[in-house]
Amino acid sequence: MNRIQQLFARQQRDILNIYFTAGYPGLDDTERIILALDKAGASLIELGMPYSDPLADGPTIQQSSQVALKNGMTLQLLFEQAKAARKRSEIPIVLMGYFNQVMQYGEQRFFNHCVEAGIDGLILPDLPLYEYERSYQSMISQAGLSISFLITPQTPEARIRKVDELSQGFVYMVADSSITGAKSGIADRQLAYFERVDKLGLKNPRLIGFGISNRETFELACRYASGAIIGSAFIKALSAAADVEQAALDFVRGIRGSARPV
Amino acid sequence: MVAIDERGYYGEFGGAYIPEMLYANIEELRQNYLEIMREPAFEREFRALLKDYVGRPTPLYLAKRLSEHYGARIYLKREDLNHTGAHKINNTVGQILLANRLGKKRIIAETGAGQHGVATATVCALAGLQCIVYMGAVDIRRQAPNVARMRMLGAEVRPAISGSQTLKDATNEAIRDWINNPEDTHYIIGSVVGPHPYPDMVARFQSVISEEIRWQLSGQAGRENPDIIVACVGGGSNAAGAFYHFLDEESVRLVAVEAAGLGIHSGESAATSVLGTKGIIHGSRTLLMQTPDGQIVEPYSISAGLDYPGIGPLHAHLIATGRAEAASITDDEALAAGYFLSRKEGIIPALETAHAFAALDKISYRPDDIIIVNLSGRGDKDLDTYINHYERFQKAGL
Ligand SMILES: Cc1ncc(COP(=O)(O)O)c(C=O)c1O
Repeated sequence: MNRIQQLFARQQRDILNIYFTAGYPGLDDTERIILALDKAGASLIELGMPYSDPLADGPTIQQSSQVALKNGMTLQLLFEQAKAARKRSEIPIVLMGYFNQVMQYGEQRFFNHCVEAGIDGLILPDLPLYEYERSYQSMISQAGLSISFLITPQTPEARIRKVDELSQGFVYMVADSSITGAKSGIADRQLAYFERVDKLGLKNPRLIGFGISNRETFELACRYASGAIIGSAFIKALSAAADVEQAALDFVRGIRGSARPV
Repeated sequence: MVAIDERGYYGEFGGAYIPEMLYANIEELRQNYLEIMREPAFEREFRALLKDYVGRPTPLYLAKRLSEHYGARIYLKREDLNHTGAHKINNTVGQILLANRLGKKRIIAETGAGQHGVATATVCALAGLQCIVYMGAVDIRRQAPNVARMRMLGAEVRPAISGSQTLKDATNEAIRDWINNPEDTHYIIGSVVGPHPYPDMVARFQSVISEEIRWQLSGQAGRENPDIIVACVGGGSNAAGAFYHFLDEESVRLVAVEAAGLGIHSGESAATSVLGTKGIIHGSRTLLMQTPDGQIVEPYSISAGLDYPGIGPLHAHLIATGRAEAASITDDEALAAGYFLSRKEGIIPALETAHAFAALDKISYRPDDIIIVNLSGRGDKDLDTYINHYERFQKAGL
């Protein structure tokens, strides 16, 4: 079992997965932010590989990616930073990025370096199920990495089941038909979708992401799934911060409130 | 044989590398596009609009003075005479009919030079559908007349302010819009790029160009096959249309002309087949300009329609397999060719198209070869650029 699987074996509720872009706001902030998030009570970290053309991302993550790239961020550096953080923390880390980056790095080499750096799982939003099954499934599972595929309000049930079958660790439930970015609140039609998927009895736990931004939306998501993923709202907090460690502590406390689960 | 498989691959290029949020829309298209295009009623409606609204068939014109100059028989396929002034409308007429069949109410598009945006705004007016065109902020400045035309046609032009603020970024923004509007929206992509089935669908709509070339050439020169076909390549739609019916005619040489900007190795170029490597751009596995770390490189060309860091998967395949030859043309070579064609034949070509004409100085051919240049668009939109450089070329005696 990797750290993601261990986490979900221990805990099926109130999972807080925080996304941020590696190399943002400063090139050397990655390790510091990971450690601070762990200390503050995040359950899981989704580490973004900054990309020039992040198709599924809104302005906040686009901008953080541009800054990180301007800072000089590369995949090689990312692996070094993750490795350094791994020496001091056991928090599960999922890498999120676009498939072109993996291709250019060399797929097998990329998966090997993930494992060496203590990465536990992958989210590659533009790697479709078909290509995954055809070419990459065995490489990724042999490396012992988890992979999470996405479902959306438009995903038909048969495909949700397929996503569940192919995902390892958790299924990424996109909260709304949208790119990433903070929204105000969660609409009734979204709740109906959360409920519908909740009743399917999937083998994987689900984390809800996109548009989860504060304690209220986090708690609401936790009623329908094992937890939630927060990205843009945290990036915004980092962008305004004088001290990124303090910002990470404050942000997680703001989401968790006092009732911090084990 | 050049063929695409069910998953949208030409050899190793193509496919649909899309986020799950686009799956439902792309799958709907993939399952329906061929069936809809083959419906007799669709075919009739498409053909009727091409004839009565677009003005097809476009002439195939034997350019005498140009032929004399080059010592070959040069025919121009006059896509510049289409309604709205370029080949782009062949595709938008097809896609708007398809969007209607799919019950879509809202149309989005990306545009570089503005030609595809104008062609989309035009068919949206024709169909009475809402139209939103994404255009890079830089391109909005350099293609002002087309921006005004789109607005006058009732479209909303939204500036793309990310990245290099050109065609690549406008495409990103259009894709993001589609993710945000998954129910009622159809995305009319303007070239043979993007996830399957777009490259194949757009190539089929544009294939009317080569279909006409065949019978026109047969009537005028007594044979269906030319020796060489030359076309410029941004994403590759006019080239795909001009090549389409000749793809399996091995005796016909296909020349794809790319923009070299300030020079292939100047760092300011859009010559993808030379500078590009295999990767994924806008959902397609193809050739693109990128760093070793897989970050997409900002291209450059004086011509907004060629300022794209990738090429469609069909062209990647044609070039990789040696079926097509690639030529690269700098800004200045294109401008010179544009001035030259204006004086020789009384035709001011689009800057994109001027690249194809400049390639006549680069390719090999035999005397009396029949060469077809796909005259993809007219130069009205580029007059400012032509005028700005005119004196410099006059002084240099070019
Ligand atoms: C006149 C003209 N030719 C060529 C192009 C390049 O596109 P494609 O390669 O898809 O034909 C454009 C694009 O805007 C254009 O306007």
